[in-house]
Amino acid sequence: MARFIEFTGGDVEAYLQSQEKKDLLRFITCGSVDDGKSTLIGRLLYEAKMLFEDQLTALEADSKKMGTQGGNLDFALLVDGLAAEREQGITIDVAYRAFTTDKRKFIVADTPGHEQYTRNMATGASTADLAIILIDARKGVLTQTRRHTFICTLLGIRHLVVAVNKMDLMDYRQDVFARVDEDYRSFARSLGATDITVIPISALAGDNVIARSANMAWYHGSTLMAHLETVPVGDTLDSQPFRLPVQWVNRPDQNFRGFSGTVVSGSVKPGDPITVMPSARTSTVARVVTYDGELPEGVAGQSLTVTLADEIDVSRGDVLCAGGDPVEVSDQFEVEILWMGDEPMLPGRSYVIKAGAATVPGSLEELKYKVNVNTMEHVAAKSLALNEIGVCNLELDRAIAFAPYAENRHLGSFIVIDRFFNTTVGMGLMRFALRRAANIHWQAVDVHKAARARLAGQKPAVLWFTGLSGAGKSTIANLVEKKLHALGHMTYLLDGDNIRHGLNRDLGFTDADRVENIRRVAEVSRLMVDAGLIVLVSFISPFRSERLMAREMLDPGEFIEVFVDTSLAEAEKRDVKGLYAKARRGEIMHFTGISSPYEKPENPEIRIDTVSLPSEAAAEGIVAYLAEKGRLSKA
Amino acid sequence: MDTIAKSFLTDIERFLATSKLDATRLGKQAIGDPSFVFDLRKGRSPSARTMDKVRAWMTQQRSAPAQPQSAPTQPLATAGGPAVTDALSRRLTHLERLEAESIHIIREVAAECEKPVMLYSIGKDSAVMLHLAIKAFFPSKPPFPLMHVDTGWKFRDMYELRDATARKYGWDLIVYKNPEGVAKNVNPFDHGSALHTQIMKTDALKQALDQYGFDAAFGGARRDEEKSRAKERIFSFRDQRHRWDPKNQRPELWNLYNARKNKGESIRVFPLSNWTELDIWQYIHREAIEIVPLYFAAERPVVMRDGQLIMVDDERMRLNRGEKPEMKKIRFRTLGCYPLTGAIESNATSLLDIVEEMLVATSSERQGRVIDKDQSASMEKKKQEGYF
Repeated sequence: MARFIEFTGGDVEAYLQSQEKKDLLRFITCGSVDDGKSTLIGRLLYEAKMLFEDQLTALEADSKKMGTQGGNLDFALLVDGLAAEREQGITIDVAYRAFTTDKRKFIVADTPGHEQYTRNMATGASTADLAIILIDARKGVLTQTRRHTFICTLLGIRHLVVAVNKMDLMDYRQDVFARVDEDYRSFARSLGATDITVIPISALAGDNVIARSANMAWYHGSTLMAHLETVPVGDTLDSQPFRLPVQWVNRPDQNFRGFSGTVVSGSVKPGDPITVMPSARTSTVARVVTYDGELPEGVAGQSLTVTLADEIDVSRGDVLCAGGDPVEVSDQFEVEILWMGDEPMLPGRSYVIKAGAATVPGSLEELKYKVNVNTMEHVAAKSLALNEIGVCNLELDRAIAFAPYAENRHLGSFIVIDRFFNTTVGMGLMRFALRRAANIHWQAVDVHKAARARLAGQKPAVLWFTGLSGAGKSTIANLVEKKLHALGHMTYLLDGDNIRHGLNRDLGFTDADRVENIRRVAEVSRLMVDAGLIVLVSFISPFRSERLMAREMLDPGEFIEVFVDTSLAEAEKRDVKGLYAKARRGEIMHFTGISSPYEKPENPEIRIDTVSLPSEAAAEGIVAYLAEKGRLSKA
Repeated sequence: MDTIAKSFLTDIERFLATSKLDATRLGKQAIGDPSFVFDLRKGRSPSARTMDKVRAWMTQQRSAPAQPQSAPTQPLATAGGPAVTDALSRRLTHLERLEAESIHIIREVAAECEKPVMLYSIGKDSAVMLHLAIKAFFPSKPPFPLMHVDTGWKFRDMYELRDATARKYGWDLIVYKNPEGVAKNVNPFDHGSALHTQIMKTDALKQALDQYGFDAAFGGARRDEEKSRAKERIFSFRDQRHRWDPKNQRPELWNLYNARKNKGESIRVFPLSNWTELDIWQYIHREAIEIVPLYFAAERPVVMRDGQLIMVDDERMRLNRGEKPEMKKIRFRTLGCYPLTGAIESNATSLLDIVEEMLVATSSERQGRVIDKDQSASMEKKKQEGYF
């Protein structure tokens, strides 16, 4: 069996040339579990002769051993490559396969149907030009059909192909097909999808996959393969203005300084004027450099290196833009988010945002709404759980160059990374910039932090007491403040319970509220430090992320984390306020240590073991620490 | 109608679609039966001999008309390579796209990881990966070293090319051998392929990464090689013990690769993930990349062992009773430890010959690897244990 159908001997060189001229279509198959996605891909590979004899032999053996097709070839076993998938007969992760026909090259991503693996489906969808959405003719449009269609339209996949599968099991009836077709179109129209093709097939029997089905003479459209081979590919990015996100500054020696990256839109020639964003500095392109020689013109999709006529400051994450036609710059955006973390998204928490070549800390603000994928309704929500989709604002610690996703997906997409586990917990699309960033300026004042602190004879700082409820945070903080006061220092104590009576009385104890609670306290502390005070913060503050956020708001040395370390057993034994007993009885929800986690500090500046160290001695130790670090003398 | 008959019919339909012939004439001319195609469409299952006959006829028909208009003698790559993009058709070709994607990936690693290393196995895929790394950073040198995890049992030609390549580019080359394995003289004959691979390859790789503190390692694997590879991300995360968790891979969106990790964790990066075997050969041809001569057919001494042609590359090869090396014209589709790598009989002495042979090949390239055969999920298992 020949692997490449159209190669029939003869001139290999000419054949290779014809291969190279072919264009590439990247597509995904998606849909609900058991709709036959893997079977369809197996069928395509088989029919396109992309399987070798040894692979077919292995497939035959596997089909006998664990196939679900009663001894016939079980094509799903070709793509379900993980042991767990083959055992359970389901697809867990996306598999990529390349195949070629005489018209085109294809890379297909087979994506999982189970809701719990939606993030893997999105992984496949993010690089696809076309999506085949399978629907079981017996079941019609299901929740997963809607979810996957929604994600496909969200990501801007332009061509949707609905394959109404298993027509053989419905006696190839036209009315069955017509009903699914009607249902799907009316739903997809509400999402704004325009390019929809619906094809009746049987992946298992091969009807309308490659060969036209004799069983469905009533169908006059293209077969699936004919459609895949003819649908227009490519985008309009090459006709847009030039943009090149700088990946790497290329500096082999003193005489060469180039900026390497992939051209994401437009083209570039020596002599072109350039504006670098976000700095808005301008220059002219000197050379377009590649290993294969200098180019008269570089085009969208090419990875190359540009040198400029002037020595201007450009670094990774900046975007080289066509002169006079630069991208926007902002630090606040309205964004759509698909959450992929096992832990829910928490508004206000600090995450790492990677957009293009820029990596910046930032936070997702309060949700405007989340989307119910069954009804497409907008629902009010506090946070997003795994696989949920919502809209909120993104706030970055510094402004970046960007374009709305709808305009340029390379400059309008980002991923959300957890700061501690470094996992990818979300994907996002920038809709537009919020103009507030440009309009609200930080008012620069002449009397500044150092001046105020000098007058007070101290260097401002935050002593951040963290630990379980009842550990003794407030007791020790109180003692420290008294000692500092006696020494003539200006202090202020922010106590968790007290703040919750006023500033934070609208907040409860859910994870999302705890994050906002700490964010506000951190902001207040920052203002007080700016006022020159030594601030004592006594808050359980159970999450590392938020303590890190507070730390990063301040200058180095200003944030002093004091871990009041008491075991849960000890704190529960003391139970000064009787709260543990209540929590154990289930009368208090979300109680730290009992029904809500406490993440211990990894490297606190000060750790106090309350079992071995009396409060008085602990307080003295903290004051000694401040003196030793020079914070109790004039700035 | 069985699947073989069905795919045969597909071939015919395709032929009919591209040629000017109709179904009646095809049946008549190929086997003298004007209703043959119509019967097939109704579900007739033809015999293997009939199918062969019709296929042969179609092949002959296709090659009969003159070759495509392109000048057949023009080389695929001009001396300057693909530098000058045709101003009229600015759309990149398939290979140029793959090249750009791989370069993007390699640069991301250099920009985001503290101490990357490029693993060099001296095979054809490695050769392409090295070439792409040179391109990615030009005119700078790639900002990371090469590393060869050496089992001590590679072909002599491989060692030669390895050292020549490092010299040619002035590229730092680390050669690492598992010292414990060397001390105990671990070899494929006494210890078997599985243990030899485990100690000299998998364990050695882990030791080397730990010893040098590399936090990212490039490998030349492709998704079309094997089923579990098809599932792997381009940036493949490994825990502190170098293990891959296939059920819990990080989502990988657009070309935004997440290279962040905690201390002790690392990332394996596969810049050639989306390349196929044909793409690799085509690129080697276009870019005139030097590869190990063993890929080309020549008379070499071999023995037949367990259904595989094993080359006697040096005097350490142990011959079983009755085995006598004989000279055969052979070549390799994939290269590894010589006692564990099966050759194929071949007359392919040029790159175009190799491509031609591959185009009509009936088995996949990994078939020559003894170590993959143990069980269906063997690659996945090895990868979980830290194999590349």
